[in-house]
Amino acid sequence: MATENSAVKKSLYTPFNVVVGVIFLVGVVITFLRFTKGLGAVTNLSDNNPWGMWISFDLLCGVALAAGGYTTSAACYVFGLKRYHSAVRPAILTAFLGYSMVVVALLYDVGRPWRLPYPFLVQAGTTSVLFEVGLCVMLYLTTLFVEWLPACFEWLGFQKPRDLIIRITLALTILGVILSTMHQSSLGALYLIVPSKLHPLWYSMYLPVFFFVSSIAAGLSMVIFEGTLSHHYLHGRMDATYLREHDDVVLGFAKGAAMVLALYFMIKVVGIAIDNKWNYLLTGYGAWFLVELLGFVGLPAFLYAIAVREQNLKLAKWTAVLTVLGIILNRFNTSLVAFNWQLPPADRYFPSWMEIAISVYLVTLGLLVFRFIAIRMPIFYEDPRYRQHVPHEGEEEEGPEFTEHKLHRHPQTFGH
Amino acid sequence: MENQFYTLHDFLVYTKFAAYILMGLTLLGFLGFWLFLTGRDEDKEIH
Repeated sequence: MATENSAVKKSLYTPFNVVVGVIFLVGVVITFLRFTKGLGAVTNLSDNNPWGMWISFDLLCGVALAAGGYTTSAACYVFGLKRYHSAVRPAILTAFLGYSMVVVALLYDVGRPWRLPYPFLVQAGTTSVLFEVGLCVMLYLTTLFVEWLPACFEWLGFQKPRDLIIRITLALTILGVILSTMHQSSLGALYLIVPSKLHPLWYSMYLPVFFFVSSIAAGLSMVIFEGTLSHHYLHGRMDATYLREHDDVVLGFAKGAAMVLALYFMIKVVGIAIDNKWNYLLTGYGAWFLVELLGFVGLPAFLYAIAVREQNLKLAKWTAVLTVLGIILNRFNTSLVAFNWQLPPADRYFPSWMEIAISVYLVTLGLLVFRFIAIRMPIFYEDPRYRQHVPHEGEEEEGPEFTEHKLHRHPQTFGH
Repeated sequence: MENQFYTLHDFLVYTKFAAYILMGLTLLGFLGFWLFLTGRDEDKEIH
């Protein structure tokens, strides 16, 4: 008995559990402070800098990195690339949780969070870009929820509602693409109102285009990145179809991301030329701009191309990490680093440790929910009762029996 | 008054000369990148 108790204690106090426990404890305490003492108690926000870390990271980066949902479902259902079908459900789940965390982060960031529904129910500001963003995010989160429901219904055994949603998959996908196109670009359009506050190298009348195009590259790269991590930690929950299609998904998405990044690189350069901002490149901000453009846009485009040419999965996966970091850097630069660039250093914003802790807390929360769902629901495998997969030409049909894998850590890492 | 150009530099800036040249080069560059990216696709199909 004593041995059993010690075994349970040992399994509870793993390094992972301890780290997550500390993050949660700190997160809960700061959450209490935030909602009892107000924004001033936990943030460095001010009248000069009303949008801080929670908007830059949780919202701007969160929305961009959740773009894998609409890019993958559009590739599969709109463009008919059925060989990426196995990547759709993980991408939808990532997007759904990503947007959910965005809304949770907004509850922290908005001064009076209970008024979040006001723009829709009380006073609609139909001429406001922010209203459009809010409306699109609300509708798209609802769409993602409905797109995720079939996996949940399969888990619960609710066949009829599951079949009903499956029948409207194409309509949901098209709706998702429209809503994403609108609000991904509108997030960039939000900054069109501050030409005197945002550094000229980042300010452009094409900001909506930049945000939208870069979100596609972010989405494709996130699917590769998330697939790699899942392959490592949730290998046992994947069926043969997913494992067989995984490499094709990585290289196919790497090819798409290479093209999009090349396009993004070129329109950024043309943007500089049209506004004739070459002289700013010789300043300190210019050097930082070039680091972002060459190191995190041009270089990944080239590396992706090499990976596709050489069929190098490892390179494609590491390039996905570089691209994701590049998108985060771009959103941080636009909303924090190059924002209020003319203010004296004393008036510039830097997040408090509590703002950073809340962001870490929300990301951890999202990861745990992802793991909880992926372990229980058919995300990385198809339930044989609802099998949709059409075998490729020359490929043998799998037997109807589904053998559930035991959950175990996959020994291979990015090198797979 | 705005349409009067006193120097070649004024003219080039006003007509966004560099931007148009760059757009042309961009299109060519994009084409080159596409050829580089898909250069070995046929080899893969053969194998």
